[in-house]
Amino acid sequence: MSATILTFALSYAQFALALAACLAGTRIVKGPRAQDRVLALDTLYLTVMLLFLVTGMRLGSIFFFEAAMVIAVMGFVATVALAKFLFRGEVIE
Amino acid sequence: MNALDNIPLWIAILASFFVVLGATLTLIGALGFARLERFYDRIHAPTLGTSWGTGGIIIASAILASHFEGRFIFHELVIGFCVMVTIPVTLMLLGRAALHRDRAENSPILPPEMRDGPIDTTLEDPSEDTQEQEDPETSEIPVTTAQGTVSAEKSPDEEKKGE
Repeated sequence: MSATILTFALSYAQFALALAACLAGTRIVKGPRAQDRVLALDTLYLTVMLLFLVTGMRLGSIFFFEAAMVIAVMGFVATVALAKFLFRGEVIE
Repeated sequence: MNALDNIPLWIAILASFFVVLGATLTLIGALGFARLERFYDRIHAPTLGTSWGTGGIIIASAILASHFEGRFIFHELVIGFCVMVTIPVTLMLLGRAALHRDRAENSPILPPEMRDGPIDTTLEDPSEDTQEQEDPETSEIPVTTAQGTVSAEKSPDEEKKGE
């Protein structure tokens, strides 16, 4: 019973997060300006990180958690660097 | 599948509730992000996923991991802390960058009182502005010409930066 509930919930979560990642991907493709694409990349980072967490829960593996933590930190660095680039035209002055 | 068999029912229901909550909120946020029309509306949509979307999935993951290990596991809260501290910073930076670019181009997206105002220079070099303002005080006659030439020289430079 509990396995059925959890399997259904985790399958739904995987489907919803994959759909959210696809929506962020469409905004990367059609985003009219650069800041839209940067924001879409940030959203994609976050959604895929959550998808890794849910997949790790479903498989009972701890390695997905490590990957999710790396993605969380790298997403911050990437978005800050891109925002700085949009501001000044260069990242490191 | 085998790992999920021996879980008590209340833990399964609790974890399922938080997982479904987090995934649904993230999906709603992404849907709004894809559908909204202006950038300044769009920048608000993914915060659904960063606040309770991440929170729900992390709480569910911590519940399941605590049950598997037989003790309290707080590793997931590190991810939650990272996301909830860093996402507002990145979105503030991104919003300011977008505002800077729109002002440099005099974009019609902005309302007129924001378009004509001075460009917010808190993140730029203040030295250029003080030099430009000090020059007209010494000699009053070339004030308008000096500012006109300076502004005419600055605007294409900023457009290059914006692109």
